[in-house]
Formats: sequence, structure tokens, C-alpha cells
Amino acid sequence: MTHFSALSLVKNALSGHKNWTEQWPEVEPKAEYDVIIVGAGGHGLGAAHYLAKEHGITNIAVIDKGWLGGGNTGRNTTIIRSNYLYDESARLYDHAVDLWQDLSQDLNYNVMYSNRGVLMLAHNVHDVQSFKRHVHANRLNGVDNRWLTKEECKDYCPPLSISPDARYPVLGGALQKRAGTARHDAVAWGYARSAAARGVDIIQNCAVTAIRRHPDGSVAGVETAKGFIKAKKVAVSAAGHTSVVMQTADVRLPLESYPLQALVSEPVKPVFPCVVMSNAVHAYISQSDKGELVIGSGTDQYTSYSQRGGLPLIEHTVAAICEIFPMFNRMRMLRKWGGIVDVTPDRSAIISKTPVEGLYVNCGWGTGGFKATPGAAHTFAWTIAKNAPHPINAPFTLERFRTGRLIDEAAAAAVAH
Amino acid sequence: MSRFRVRGKGRVDAAKPMIFTFDGTPYTALKGDTVASALLAHGVHLMGRSFKYHRPRGAIAAGSEEPNALIGTRRGDGRFEPNTRATVQEVWGGLQTTSQNKFPSLRFDVGAVNDAAYMLFSAGFYYKTFMWPKSFWDRVYEPFIRAAAGLGVAPTEEDPDSYASRYLHCDLLIVGAGPAGIAAALAASATGRSVVLVDENAEIGGTLLSEPDAQIDGTPAWDWLAQSRADLLAAGVKIMPRTTAIGYYHQNMIGMVQKLTDHLTELPADTPRERLWRVRAKQVVLAQGALEKPLVFHGNDRPGVMLAGAAQTYLNRYGVKVGDSPAVVTSHDSAWFAAFDLADAGARVQVIIDTRAQVRADLQEAARARSIPVRLGHTVTATAGRLRVKNLRVNAVSGGHVGAGTWINCDALLMSGGWTPSLHLFSHTKGRLAWDDALTTFLPEHTPEACVIAGAARGLWGVQAALNDGAARAREALDALGATVQAAVYAVAKDRTGTGVSLHELPTDRSASKAKAFVDFQNDVTAKDLRLAVREGMRSIEHVKRYTTNGMATDQGKMSNINGLNIAADALGKPQPQVGLTTFRPPYTPTSFGAFCGYHRGDHFEVLRRTQIDPWAEENGAVFEPVGQWRRARYFPQGNEDMDAAVRRECAATRAGIGMFDASTLGKIEVVGPDAVEFMNRMYTNPWTKLAPGRCRYGLLLGDDGFIRDDGVIGRLDADRFHVTTTTGGAARVMNMMEDYLQTEWPDLEVWLTSTTEQWSTIALNGPNVVKLLAPLVEGVALNEADFPHMSCVECTVAGMPARLFRVSFTGEVGFEINVAAPLGRQLWETLWAAGQPHGITAYGTETMHVLRAEKGYIIVGQDTDGTVTPYDAGMGWAVAKSKPDFVGMRGLARPDLKAANRRHLVGLLTEDHSLLEEGAQIVFDPDQPIPMTMRGHVTSAYATGTTGRPIALGLVEGGHEKLGETVYIPMPDRTIAAKITSSVFFDPDNTRLKI
Repeated sequence: MTHFSALSLVKNALSGHKNWTEQWPEVEPKAEYDVIIVGAGGHGLGAAHYLAKEHGITNIAVIDKGWLGGGNTGRNTTIIRSNYLYDESARLYDHAVDLWQDLSQDLNYNVMYSNRGVLMLAHNVHDVQSFKRHVHANRLNGVDNRWLTKEECKDYCPPLSISPDARYPVLGGALQKRAGTARHDAVAWGYARSAAARGVDIIQNCAVTAIRRHPDGSVAGVETAKGFIKAKKVAVSAAGHTSVVMQTADVRLPLESYPLQALVSEPVKPVFPCVVMSNAVHAYISQSDKGELVIGSGTDQYTSYSQRGGLPLIEHTVAAICEIFPMFNRMRMLRKWGGIVDVTPDRSAIISKTPVEGLYVNCGWGTGGFKATPGAAHTFAWTIAKNAPHPINAPFTLERFRTGRLIDEAAAAAVAH
Repeated sequence: MSRFRVRGKGRVDAAKPMIFTFDGTPYTALKGDTVASALLAHGVHLMGRSFKYHRPRGAIAAGSEEPNALIGTRRGDGRFEPNTRATVQEVWGGLQTTSQNKFPSLRFDVGAVNDAAYMLFSAGFYYKTFMWPKSFWDRVYEPFIRAAAGLGVAPTEEDPDSYASRYLHCDLLIVGAGPAGIAAALAASATGRSVVLVDENAEIGGTLLSEPDAQIDGTPAWDWLAQSRADLLAAGVKIMPRTTAIGYYHQNMIGMVQKLTDHLTELPADTPRERLWRVRAKQVVLAQGALEKPLVFHGNDRPGVMLAGAAQTYLNRYGVKVGDSPAVVTSHDSAWFAAFDLADAGARVQVIIDTRAQVRADLQEAARARSIPVRLGHTVTATAGRLRVKNLRVNAVSGGHVGAGTWINCDALLMSGGWTPSLHLFSHTKGRLAWDDALTTFLPEHTPEACVIAGAARGLWGVQAALNDGAARAREALDALGATVQAAVYAVAKDRTGTGVSLHELPTDRSASKAKAFVDFQNDVTAKDLRLAVREGMRSIEHVKRYTTNGMATDQGKMSNINGLNIAADALGKPQPQVGLTTFRPPYTPTSFGAFCGYHRGDHFEVLRRTQIDPWAEENGAVFEPVGQWRRARYFPQGNEDMDAAVRRECAATRAGIGMFDASTLGKIEVVGPDAVEFMNRMYTNPWTKLAPGRCRYGLLLGDDGFIRDDGVIGRLDADRFHVTTTTGGAARVMNMMEDYLQTEWPDLEVWLTSTTEQWSTIALNGPNVVKLLAPLVEGVALNEADFPHMSCVECTVAGMPARLFRVSFTGEVGFEINVAAPLGRQLWETLWAAGQPHGITAYGTETMHVLRAEKGYIIVGQDTDGTVTPYDAGMGWAVAKSKPDFVGMRGLARPDLKAANRRHLVGLLTEDHSLLEEGAQIVFDPDQPIPMTMRGHVTSAYATGTTGRPIALGLVEGGHEKLGETVYIPMPDRTIAAKITSSVFFDPDNTRLKI
């Protein structure tokens, strides 16, 4: 692996950039692996990276039916935060935020983690109660989050309208300064490059069609478009398609899939300094390094695997943004797209062993998977390597839907992830 | 007359000159000009700077695909927008335009230093550096990158314009009004079906506007166009110019945006700037034409280098010659015609360079006749000229070897790399594309939607082919609608069709690593960037795109996608279809946010629901709060009262006399049918079978997970009829949930559900004097304990109005809720108000309602519960029927964790120092532990004022029901508050006050 640095960039520039090497090679699958990870998004590639780096397991294949990073990793609005209410969530997401701080250096790949701060706006008494509950819980959990008056919100984000005459006037907000954004593609590529350098095989455009089990029920390997591949352990991290893959091992998952839409504006000079989320009107916004306003909406109302979103939801989302930031009314939308998110009944993820020996699953991230990427990948790798959960992901079991030991962030806060 | 305007050419109106400014300099334009055509008429090619290298750029195209000539456009205060394409913006008198992404000026831009250091700024360079020292990313590198990025500046003022939206249903929608689209519309116009023809340009015609010499069935093209337009209008076809079909959605819904005022000198009053159309069409004809491809060679981006087809359009449509001495480089026949038109208009065409060794004899003959030098089998290896191309270097190519170069002077360079069908909307449908090797392009193959593709959009070049295909494809679409037509057959003379080859980069004798051969002009992506991406392992076109940003500019790949694909495929040594095409996404061209907002701005952002009594509250000085879409009176201050003072007074008055409250926002659902009681048994936790008609009961609704979702008092009016009330915010949710169960789980039940929330006005009267007020007004029932005990309901009249009267209480006082037909609400309110004066009647709002109910320990779903609270947690196990076979949530409640000890229970909290707790504050048992603390619950409700003389609070506390009397702690940032766990009922625990 060529070490990336300003120096290597200059050296290669002088030689016409002819000597850069592949960031990950194209490989054919081997007959057998210690671990096969299904799904080459940030979570799957990250798990391979941590397995190799921290657990010394390098005989790994990460297999994807498409291109690496081509699913929700490359479609989300890149918001990173950890101001979740419940202890379990706060620990998991804050673990991720800790890892985000040094991820560029860890991967030797600039993922452009930007501590821009995430400001969540309260528009009614219920929002205020809910956000203050979050602020208090976060404070006692040692998680950064504080309450801002509406004037403080305006100072932090000058384009914000705090007019009392608005249809839903801003009453205040919860600010997590340590939160921010990162470059989503770079996360997938950085993990892929680092994992590949440690010997991990990344096999793209090769659909896993079934998980095969031994007669004793334990995992035997995976059937793929390129034939059967043996594996001691199989770990599935395939977002919206996880339930389909897991079904082949007779593991049923409590997941529903919804389209989630996002859009960007034409690029403009810096105008928007942070991330703003408004759950009351259902819109999120930040500005990318390239200058585009990046805007996300809530999920469509109906379950679907279609990556075409509908027009009405986008109309509402843009109207919501312009309601809070009236100066953007004459900006133009450049592009909008959809992804499919997998949602659990309690809106919290599953990082867990399964009833099948040697089979592990990481799914159910709904609209909030990107922010968790390093934390989820790190604890998933631990779970796979040790055949036991890390203390941080121990509560995020599959079993909780049977016992009722839910981690219900959505119910608790009426806050979308 | 401006220097480059050609007399007698073009469709601009020489009799209507106008003045506009560009970077403060005034220029003349003619009606019909775009900003680009007007500037070119003055010989101004330099219109912008590129994104990364800040290279000087001019217009490369003449339409909406333009990546370079982006400008700021302004019309006085508040009306400014960045990144407007100069090739699309029509000039109006007084338009102010500015160039972008430059400092200090467009001609001298210090940012161009990036261009000199271009070797450092290779594809993906930012992933490889800016990592050390770590702290510099936030403080130094990122702010620097951000300041350099972006194009124009965002608007800063509130938009004074309005926007509109409409629905439209039609039989046939035709997107694109070039020859194919017009022929399709003509074919359909005789059928009597509703036909809509849209085009993004200011006038219809498409290619015909650039081909005035073509003769259609013996008629000159422009005469034919005028006649056809008149015929279509006469036949009732809706023609919509300046209207862009932005997206193709499920079931043949097309989103379109129509520009209404951006071209007008005088803004008409009360006219929206843009209108969003949501069109539902039975059949769609996509006739979006084709886009010309640039050629990829070193220096292909200098101002003056442009598409040959664009030069032809500027000449024929706008009457503008793009240069006096242009040169042409092409791999397609079509550029030869542009050269001929320019030569015929007086330009001295310097040379036609064709990369092909063989070219049609008639083209060579026509060039010879115009004395234009021709070089076949040649390539262009460089251009020169800082702010405008001044010459080009041409080399012979033979057997793959590039010979020595010679320089040729020129003041414009017209290029053509062939044409790409415009399949954006087709792709929105998830339509399947098939690669065509002969045309080196993707063609449409199959779409799940009811649509056909016509003309150049499916690779048919030339006016005649487009006309005939438009007619034939329209016939197919009409067939599907059951309308039979004869497809017309058109014969076109002087039709200038042609063929060509599609290349990756042009052959060169220069070092490939030094060539600045641009593919994505705006984002400064060069051929060598694409090859570097492939070298670094980016094998999918999606990776190549994201790594290099090719195709991510504001033209969304219209100029760059196919060239990028050809280069990536060549680098990978794979055929193009194996490398793939990135997905086209809506909108087709960048579209104003305002158009999406439409009417949903300000007060109209979301509907504001008001009760019938709301105007009275407003007249009486109420302070309101939003609750869902409703606004509700929160309190009624008198004089200088603040909320606390007003609430204290309202509480006291209610407990001492009569409080009157507008409860109309409560959700109401009428549940009717022979199986109504069975339905209620299954939906709610409570038993309903034995509830007698005329009685009511507090109902608790769970989700299937066993947690509380909603509550409300439910009256049984008859054996088969229930009057269900829900929370204000939960009305729609409960209705949906009921319908969901009824339709999907229990379709056998004979039950009908009707949302009646807005059919009733509901007034709650509470207090010891209520009967004194109400008894004289009520006919049909005697208000005493025997005839109408607590939790009764009856249909009667109140003050002569037919009413549903409930005896219920959410305050702990004797209480009634009167429901009358909604329009009578205010009349009843005022009648009661007048009649209540002797009894001390006081109006109260939601805040007092909250305090009074909290004193009695009545919960507010969503405040004291949060979706994790079971009936037992809330101390309401009594509301769960013990002997019913099933109800929603019963299985959920049986899960082990929902029955575990030490769940969080709803309890009362009284602070030891009588301080007011903050709602949302967290509760711990051990106040001295370090962070992270083990949290045991939180404060759900807290009120400073009320009847009890001290602040009260409700909270959820771990094992709370077993900890009555124990002390818990609430750590705040500045101090820790101690509170005692109490019963959640703070006032009149024996309910003595509910008795009349």
C-alpha cells in the first residue's frame, strides 16, 4: 500500500501520477475463508478492517452484489452525531464518534470528518421537553449536547429564521458540537484500501444467493454467483437486503424496508456553517465541502424496495427547508435520489450473534447507519472474532424483540435518526 | 448593430433592442437573445471560471446542457440567483448579470494559480493529504477547501416572488417540441384526445430553429413550424414552452416546471415566478432529442472553443457569428454543416479537421466550393490563447502514429464528437438501456411505464427521420389509448443528416500526463484524471465518477458522461456496457427550490387548524401554542399577567367556580356496526361488552408491542354505536391504526369508522358550580347522581342545540363535555359564557388543563408516556381486561421484559426544597457517583403553580411503585435536587369532588 501524504502526492505529481497503485486489487474468491462478510458497505468493510487490524484475522472475504460503497454508504446525507437518549445508544454512537475523530489517520485516508456541530431545532413544547430530556441524559452520560436559546441558535447558524411569525417558530435547539459530517465515499474506500492491504479479499459484483449450513446447523459457507465458498464464520451486513440473505439460513429478522430520499442544491460559496435537523418539519441540511446544500427528508410512508422516491415528499422537504431558511428559496435543486433503509420495530440496530452457530448479523440501522459506521464495524468485528458481543453492542441483540428489552429511541423522543 | 450580429439571420427581433449588464458593463441585446448569444454578438466569449483550476471559460453549448457559462442574475432587491446558465437566461431590459468564482476580476483571477499547480490537484488528491497535523483539518484545510469550492454565492435575502403548483391530467404528454415531438402532436391532434406538448426552450421547434433551410413537404422549415404551431393550437393541443419535464415518477406521473416571469422586463402583478405541474398522463412520448459531445484534447476548454452545433444555433437562431475566422475539428459529419453555414454568413473558416481518414465526397466538395481547407485523418493536439482561443496545433495521424504539429490561427474552434441520445427521463423510469456499438451510445430498450421514445432520443439523426418517427411512435401510443390515426409521412429536402465515429481522447504527440484535455468542464475533470482513477482501482463508472467528480457538475454529466465512459472503458480494456452508466436522477435541469415549495410557504407551509371557538379566544387575548397542526389557546392573560399568574388564577377559578375549556381538537371517531363492541374489545385494553348504552369509560389503546399509544373517554350511545375520543395529536394515527386492523386483520367484522373530529365542537365545563349553570340549559336529562352519574353520556339538547353530553372529568371536579354540531360551537360557548357570569365562569387554556390533570395524576400520552410505558408502568393495570381472549398489545405485554420487576413506573415527585423540577431532567438514586451516571428515570411533567400550594411533578422511576416515600435525586448542571416519591395523585385522592 502506498502511504498517502502530502509528500507522496508531490512525488507522484512529479512522475505524472503514473506510479500510484490500486487502492484495492480485483481478486477471484478463494475456496475457503475464516470469515466471509456479506455486504461491502462502510459497515462490512470496516468490520474487515478491524478484524484484520485488531484481531489478527486476515483470511477474510467481503462480498457484495454490486460495487463497494454503492448502497446506503454512498447515498446518505453524512450526518454524524451521538446525542441519543438511552444509555445503550449513547455508548454505541459515542464510541463511533470517538473513532471518527482519528479515522483519517487510522486509515491513512482523508475521510474529511468535519466537527461542524449538529443543531436540532425545537418547534413546540413537546420538542422542548424531549430535547431537554436528551440534553440532561447526555450530560449525565458524558455525551456532548447542550440546549441553546433561539437567539443562540441564530448565532450558531446565521441563515436560520427565528421569526416568531413562522408557522412553526423555533423555540430553541439542542447542539452537539462534537458532531458533524464526513465524506461518505472516502469511508468505504479508506476501509477497503486498509483491509485489502492487510490481506482481505474484496469481491465485487458477486451476489450471495444463500447461506449454507452444516448438518449440525452451524454455518458452512455461502453460495454465490461465482459458486460455493466455504467459511468458518459468516457475517451479514447488507442493509435493506439483510433479511433476504438471512432468510436463507432460516433466520427471520424484524425488519421493514422503506425508501429514504435526499437531494443536493447547486454548489455555492460557504453559506451554511453546521448541520441543522428539524424533526417537527422533517428536514435535515448541511453544506458539503464542494458547496452543495445537502438535504435529507424523512422516509416515505410506505414500505418499498424501489429506489425511486416520490415527488410529494420532496416537495414537503424543500418547503420545510425554505420555511426555516427563507433565503434559499431561489437556490436550485441539482439532484435527488433514494435509498432503501432497513428499519427495526424499536428503530435501533441489531449487532448480534444469531441462533445459527457461526452466523452474525449487523443490520436495522434505519436512517442512521452512516454515523455509526466505525463504532458498528468495530464492535461487529469484536463479536465475530470472539463469538461474543463487545459490552457496547451487547444490548443490541436480536433476542430483545422476543423479550421486549427494546431500545426505543424513536418512541422515546419522536426523533428520527 | 453589434460587431458579430449577422443581418438577416436568426429569430431575434432587431426592432426591439434592450440593454443589460454583465459585470457592470452595459451591452445591447435583441428580443429573443439569451445572455450568451447577446455577449457573443459583442465578441465576448469569456463568461466564467471553472471550479477547481479557475480556468477562463466561455459558452460551450447553446442550451440547458451548458457547464461553463454560469452567471449570477439579478432583478433588484431580493431577486438574485447564482449559477444561472447564460445560454438559457433570456435577456430582458435591465437584467443585471455577474460572473462567478473569480477574484478580483473575471479577466484576472488569482485562483488561477491552481491551474499552474494542476499536477498536485489530480483526481482524489484530497483523500491523500491534509491529514497532518490532525488539528489543521478543521481549522485550516477544510475552511480553505470550502472557500475555494462552490461556484456562485447564495442569495441572502428573502424571495419576494411567489410560486404555484397545479395538477394536470391528459391522454398524451409529449416531452420535447422538436420535429419528432411536433410530428407526434400533429398525429395526435386529430383524435380529439387531450394532448400536451412541452419544451424547455422559449419557443418550440428544437432542431428546426437551427435548420432554416430545410424544406418539409416543400415548405421552408420555419414556415412549416409556424403553420404547425397554429394547427396544434387550433386543435386544442396545450403547448407549454419554457417548461421543463424534470422527473418521471411512478404510474406515468411527470413533474414539470414552467418558468413564467424570468424572461419579462416588466413583472406582471400577481403572477407566480414558476409553476410546478404534476402531470398524470395515460401515455407519454419522450422526444428529448440528442446532445452533442465535445472532443477531448489538450486545451479543448478555452473561451472560443465550443460545440459545432452550438455555433450553428447561435448563427441561425440568434443571428450571431461566433468568430470571424473559426476552425472546425470533428469526428462527425454534422460539424461540416456548421462550418458551411458560418462560411456562407461571411466567416473565413480556417480549416476543417476531421479525425476520420475518409469523409463523404459531397462534404469535401462543399468545403472546396467555399475554399475551406480540409485535413482528413488529423488530430488537434493543443490550443493557445489565455482568455480566448487564438490558434490550434494540428497533426496528421497515420497508422496510430501522430506526426509533427503545425499551428493554425483562429478566433473560434468548433468541435463535434457526435451525438448522444437524451435519455434522462427514460432513465428515471428505471428503463433498461442497450449499448449500440455502431452509434457508440446507449439506446432505450424497455421501460415499465406507458411511454414511447421518438426521434434522435433513440438514435435517429436528421429532420426527416425525426418527423416520421415522431408520427409513427405517437401512433403506437395512440393505439394503446384506442385512438386510430394514419401516421403522416414527411419528405424533407436539404435535410443535413450524417454519421460519425465516437472517440475517447484525440490522438496526441504530447505526454498524456501533461495534457489538459477536459471531459467534465465545470469540475475540471481531465482524461488523465479518469485514467488515474482506473489505475487506482476504480473499476465501476460509479467509482470513477465519485473519485474524479466527472458528471457531478451542474450539467449532471450531459456534456461528460459518454466521453468519461469511453475513456474509462478504454483504460480498463473493457467494452462500455461492462463499465456501466451512472444513474440519471431528477431533476433534468437544476430547478428552483421555490418551485417545489409552491404555495407551501409562510402561513401556508402547513395548514393551520383552528376550532370554531378560536376567534373568541383570539378576541379575548389568548396566548396560543401549536399542537400538531392545531393551534390551541394556552392561557388567557388578564392585564399584565404572565403565564404563571394566569394559570394560577384559571386553576383557582375552576376549582372554586366554573372553568370552561375548548376541547374541540380532541380526536373523535364514530365506531358503528353490529360488530362495534367486538371491534372495541379487540382494539382497546378495556372490556366493552358490559358497558351499557348511555355510559362511558376511559379507554386505553396499546401498540402491538404492548406500550401505550393513545387514550380517551369512549361513550356507548347505543348497542352498536361508540363515540370514541382520542388525543389531539393522535387522532389521525388512531384512525389509521383502526382502519389498518379492520381492513387487514379483521375484514370479517361489520364495523364502519368515521373520523368526526371536525364535525363536533366540544366544550368542557368543570367546577363545583357547573350543574347550576348547566341544569337550566339542558333538556332531555336530569343532571343528578341518579339520572346522570359520573361517566354517563346522552343525546339531548343544550341551550336548544342538539348535543351529545358527556359527564366526564379531566380536572377532578364535576365535569361535563358538550358536543354540538361544529358550526354551533361559538354560539354555545358565548351562551354558556353569558349564563355562567353569575357563577364565576372562567375560560382556561391548555396549560391550566395540564396543571389540573397533573394534580389528579391523569396522564398525557406522549408526555408522561413515551412509547416504552405499559399500562402497569403507568399505574393503570385496572384498565386492562383480565378475561378477554385478545386485544391489540396483549401478546406484547406477555413478553418477559414487560413483566419484569424494576420497570420504570409513573409516580409523583415532590421536591424537598419546593423548587420546580425541569421536564426532561434525569433521576438518579446515588447523587455522588461520577459520570457516566446510572440513570433511573426522568421527570415527565412539572408545574409550579396550582391548588396544592407547592410545585408538583410526575416522573417515571425505576421500581417507583415500590418506592413511595423514598428520596431520589435530580442532578442539574449547577446543583442536585432531592425529591420524594409520592403517589401520582396530589389532590382529592378519594374523588369526593366528582359528586354533584
